[in-house]
Amino acid sequence: MANPLFNQTWKLSRFILRRDRFKLPIWLLSLTGITILIAESFTGLYPTDESRESIAQTMVNPAMTAMVGPGYGLDNYTIGAMMAHQMLLFTAITVAIMSILIVANHTRADEEDGNLEMIRALPTGRLSNLSATIVVLLGVNVVLAMASGLGLYALGIESMDLQGSLLYGAALGATGFFFTSVTALFAQLSESSRGTIGLSFTVLGVAYFLRAIGDVSNEAFSWASPLGWILGTEVYVNNYWWPIVLTCGVSVLFILIALYLSSIRDLGAGFLPSKPGKKNASPFLQSPLGLALRLQRTGLISWAVGMVFLGVSYGSVFGDLDSFFNDMEVMEEFLSPVAGVSITEQFTAKLMSIISMICTIPALMVLFKLKGEEKKNRVEHLLGRAVSRTRLLGSYFVISLITGFVMLSLAALGLGSVALSVMDSSMSLGTFYSSAMVYMPAMAVMIGIAALLVGFLPNITGFTWLYLGYSFFVVYLGGMFQFEEWVGNMSPFAHVPQLPVQEMEWGSTSALIVIAVALIVAGFAGYNKRDIQG
Amino acid sequence: MAILKTNQLTKQFGDFKALDGVNIEVNEGEVYGFIGPNGAGKSTTIRVLLGVLKASSGEATIFGQDVWKDAVAIHKRIAYVPGDVNLWPNLTGGEVIDLFVKLRGGNNQSRREELIKKFDLDPTKKCRTYSKGNRQKVALIAAFSSDADLYILDEPTSGLDPLMERVFQESVIDLKREGKSILLSSHILSEVEKLCDRVGIIRQGHIIESGTLHELRHLTRTHLLVETKQPITSLEGMKGVHDIEESEKGLSIQVDSEELDQVLQHISQFGVVKLESAPPTLEDLFMRHYESTGAGGAS
Ligand SMILES: Nc1ncnc2c1ncn2[C@@H]1O[C@H](COP(=O)(O)OP(=O)(O)OP(=O)(O)O)[C@@H](O)[C@H]1O
Ligand SMILES: [Mg+2]
Repeated sequence: MANPLFNQTWKLSRFILRRDRFKLPIWLLSLTGITILIAESFTGLYPTDESRESIAQTMVNPAMTAMVGPGYGLDNYTIGAMMAHQMLLFTAITVAIMSILIVANHTRADEEDGNLEMIRALPTGRLSNLSATIVVLLGVNVVLAMASGLGLYALGIESMDLQGSLLYGAALGATGFFFTSVTALFAQLSESSRGTIGLSFTVLGVAYFLRAIGDVSNEAFSWASPLGWILGTEVYVNNYWWPIVLTCGVSVLFILIALYLSSIRDLGAGFLPSKPGKKNASPFLQSPLGLALRLQRTGLISWAVGMVFLGVSYGSVFGDLDSFFNDMEVMEEFLSPVAGVSITEQFTAKLMSIISMICTIPALMVLFKLKGEEKKNRVEHLLGRAVSRTRLLGSYFVISLITGFVMLSLAALGLGSVALSVMDSSMSLGTFYSSAMVYMPAMAVMIGIAALLVGFLPNITGFTWLYLGYSFFVVYLGGMFQFEEWVGNMSPFAHVPQLPVQEMEWGSTSALIVIAVALIVAGFAGYNKRDIQG
Repeated sequence: MAILKTNQLTKQFGDFKALDGVNIEVNEGEVYGFIGPNGAGKSTTIRVLLGVLKASSGEATIFGQDVWKDAVAIHKRIAYVPGDVNLWPNLTGGEVIDLFVKLRGGNNQSRREELIKKFDLDPTKKCRTYSKGNRQKVALIAAFSSDADLYILDEPTSGLDPLMERVFQESVIDLKREGKSILLSSHILSEVEKLCDRVGIIRQGHIIESGTLHELRHLTRTHLLVETKQPITSLEGMKGVHDIEESEKGLSIQVDSEELDQVLQHISQFGVVKLESAPPTLEDLFMRHYESTGAGGAS
């Protein structure tokens, strides 16, 4: 790179690799590992054509389509087709999340923390850091594509040929590259790393929902979504390569725009406007609670909008639901029907488990914000004044709990009201709402675990996310993979009565509440004892 | 009367002993200077005093109350400025000041306005856009506009320009006049010399020297520059004389403060033409202690 704007790009790339020498291998290993393991487990779970045929039928319904995308080759549902149908989209989304987080970390976050200023003061080019980040992410995604592609091929499964496997890998890599470019672009536009990550995730979310709507109703929407393009490769069935080319082409375009914007802007500045501020604090801001709310205002509002959107999206598929399920006998096995309960109600129950887990995410983020504040040395401003630790953690805890409650309410009411408007059913809005609310104790357990970690081991709060991911996997996808019972029971979400299908069960619900309270009390005790780092 | 007192305060981070038996005492109405090289343990001590870190052993009390157990009660009566002021990038300086003042309990709008003017801060700007010095001003204004009994200031002037440093010093002197107590950690000796009644010097977690400035001066050397009619003889052997250097301007020597009298009597025998003396500075003392470790370390 002779251009002085790119001076030392290679050295900076190596520096990024060095900084992320643990993070990158962990991401790569777990992504390829899970992909290969799942493909391998499919051969064990569905060894015969018949078994695959029957699962194919259970998968063909609008809710599933909205969730994982349209299936291709459903009439000849090979292991390959199954992988592409059930796993590709979620894996691609995970790859996108990886790319967003890593890019934001090395671009806007470094800039915000002032690290970039020191790098810039060295004989490096103005675009070197951004291009080094892109180079690294390109490399990471290529490695991911090759590793998962070749790994899948190496399994020697009949329906997974070399070309299809490479395309599967390429689809993952292309998604990663696309979101690399999106995040690189937002890192120029937004002035903060939170903004960068938030906007990038918004694109990911919109891409997902556009595709969901498109796949269920009008295909045009799917083609407006990069995730739609990825699924459009029809891996292992028709093996189209052109969507990969399209995705990479658009990514390159975004990267060029990002580089251009980066070359003309000041360090630390963004393009999205920031307005002059207030001279005095509003009465609302003058407490730890007010401060915590204020700091997370934008995030919480975005989540609220997202949750309404989520509920409405799911609600809109309810119209087609009954006619759809009535034709299918296999579905009955899948959802294990209960006499006198409609398919719609069963579907509702199933749906609420995932919605409640998604609503747990913002609730946990609220609590972990406190840890983030500590890392940034801002907690001592509060504790150094007349604020007790209990009051501080209490503020975040209360907001966390209320956030979970409000998010769940919004999603459930959004879902219920739209569902009721598109179908004829005896179900009431109250049924929808209560089937969501029974998940509050499980959510409280998750918040309790988060509080416990913030109280005792703030460095490993990430464990909570793993646990939530695990819960999602075993509770929501559990049916698909037929895990042992105890595997599912390890999650609090597995112990929630499935209203309206099942009866309300106060025993397990009270047990969850007791566990949650115990965790929370322990968390507060720990927080009152430990060193605050800053 | 001691308003702040630590007794054999020790703080261990894993295997590393950041504080090892620290004893300091700040009396009512006094400005206590807390000085030491980078990584000596000043901020750690202060954070223990704030009840943010828990001491591994030893005890610390402020207003006679335990700094860990009674943190909130104590904090109602103290104001604190951290060494590294990190603020919320999306709040304005004005909002942060109000929040801080409010969190202590109490509200003094006129004082706030006056200080904002004195420190020349634009409170409508977001903290993200503030320089290090401006962030420090926010913390200082918040601290000074609260009506506390004890002010704990951790290197409060490290980012301020000389003009603002003076404003800071004036504010401290005002507080002192009102009878407030102040614990001031610093690297800047002129500041400590100007403001502090007593100082404690910390190095590698140990208090190596403490006392009033007057007491500490006994440990320092006065620098003399003399010119005499006859050459001075037998100076080398004298007690308390160091670093003798000949130059065109005269003879330059360092004299231990306690031996000054003896040395001057000796010199006067040779017919003094010129005598210049530089006052003993804390700097000498400081340097002498720093040098013995090669100065510095991680902070
Ligand atoms: N949380 C921590 N974990 C481990 N070591 C720490 C921690 N906090 C401080 N230290 C170490 O304790 C020592 C004292 O640090 P401290 O911040 O108190 O120094 P200081 O005197 O304030 O220095 P400076 O003048 O640079 O501000 C340093 O060696 C530092 O590395
Ligand atoms: Mg310090």
